[in-house]
Amino acid sequence: MAEVKLFGNWGSPFSRRVEVALKLKGVEYEFIDEDVYNYKSPLLLKYNPVHKKVPVLVHNGKPICESLVILEYVDETWEKGPSLLPKDPYERALVRFWTKFLDEKCVPTLWKTCWSIGEEQEKAKEESTELLNILEGTLSDKKFFGGDSIGMVDIVANFISYWFIILQELAGLQVLTKEKFPKLGAWIDDYLNCNIIKENLPPKDKLTAYFRARFEAAAAATAK
Amino acid sequence: MAEVKLFGAWGSPFSRRIEVALKLKGVEYEFIDEDLFNKKSPLLLKYNPVHKKVPVLVHNGKPICESLVILEYIDETWEEGPSLLPKDPYERGMVRFWSKFLDEKCMPAMRRALLSRGEELEKATEESTELLKFLEGTLSGKKFFGGDNIGMVDIVANFISYWFIIGQELAGLQVLTKEKFPKLGEWMDEYLNSNIIKENLPQKDKLTAMFQARIEAAAAGGGGPGGGGGGGGGEGGGGGVAPK
Repeated sequence: MAEVKLFGNWGSPFSRRVEVALKLKGVEYEFIDEDVYNYKSPLLLKYNPVHKKVPVLVHNGKPICESLVILEYVDETWEKGPSLLPKDPYERALVRFWTKFLDEKCVPTLWKTCWSIGEEQEKAKEESTELLNILEGTLSDKKFFGGDSIGMVDIVANFISYWFIILQELAGLQVLTKEKFPKLGAWIDDYLNCNIIKENLPPKDKLTAYFRARFEAAAAATAK
Repeated sequence: MAEVKLFGAWGSPFSRRIEVALKLKGVEYEFIDEDLFNKKSPLLLKYNPVHKKVPVLVHNGKPICESLVILEYIDETWEEGPSLLPKDPYERGMVRFWSKFLDEKCMPAMRRALLSRGEELEKATEESTELLKFLEGTLSGKKFFGGDNIGMVDIVANFISYWFIIGQELAGLQVLTKEKFPKLGEWMDEYLNSNIIKENLPQKDKLTAMFQARIEAAAAGGGGPGGGGGGGGGEGGGGGVAPK
């Protein structure tokens, strides 16, 4: 019998991506919440010796690491249910391009914008704005990056819609607003309104409290 | 009629990956050699406005960017000929994992090792060694990362077998040796001995000369255009464009 375990973390957007994908496909799984900042379990280190991170999907005892890799694995393994990627090779290539862009450029830059100060932050803000402009352009007149329904790019862009919005507020920034990015704004509303998404987000107050504590710790460390 | 163009650069390992894949599949293509350090062509900027880098594959007028993305596109579009990825989803997951590992971890660390000095060099050497150990381990009893034949991971690992070896010799380093990494050593021999690979490498003296110039520029503190250097640079080009 198929056995699916997911090593993740309640607050991680990367982990939540995989949960959304598994739920979209109707796959039952056991969730193991790893306290990644304090202690990584021996099982996690055994299943992901290279990166020592979550998420890790373990299917019939075999581990798959890296959320983008896991998402494609989920799509190829459970072919019934909604597709995460389109069928056409060119459209698939565009999905892979944009998911890479999100993870390699957007997530690190948006994250850095919230956690840096002074000139470094100004630079990061500028870069974030450019990257968001690119995303705004690629949405054009579509409801979701995936078209009429959520696809892999939407799932991977989760960080922007929720985690970043919370972080930028705590950091006192207004990098991503509906005024500056009307299409992304509309996408965020539609996205967070989908049952599959809203039912699988970390609770806002818990996430906010967690980030606030980290901000305070970072400020205290700088002050020393 | 299918029309295939590849915007690339003679010295870029990323560009060479695509040429190997197209040739493996028997696909005819027009190669446009971009002079990345002096001037990027308007066509390149039109086809890759986001990253402005090579390689870019243009198939029937539609551009695909990022070498890992292009490789999967080629495998899915030209289904005849040898497969670049296996059929089994778990094995495909492994190929994607290792390809990502090579580009996101190995390439940057090994490039840093070629361009840095002192403490930074020590750190980069340590990191590169740790990463190479993972690769050594994953080769285990196989001839190639792809098994009996070259697969996508072998194609992506091209920079290790050639660009890095040339770079480390110029930099006077011994990060990757057959003594330290016997399996990788054997893999490199088999790999560079495969016709499809050896017939599609940049000329050694030309590449060496380019690296020499980069390393000297880095030592002088200039860092060269983009500072990419010996490891083959980012997606941008033959040994010099800024990390991607």
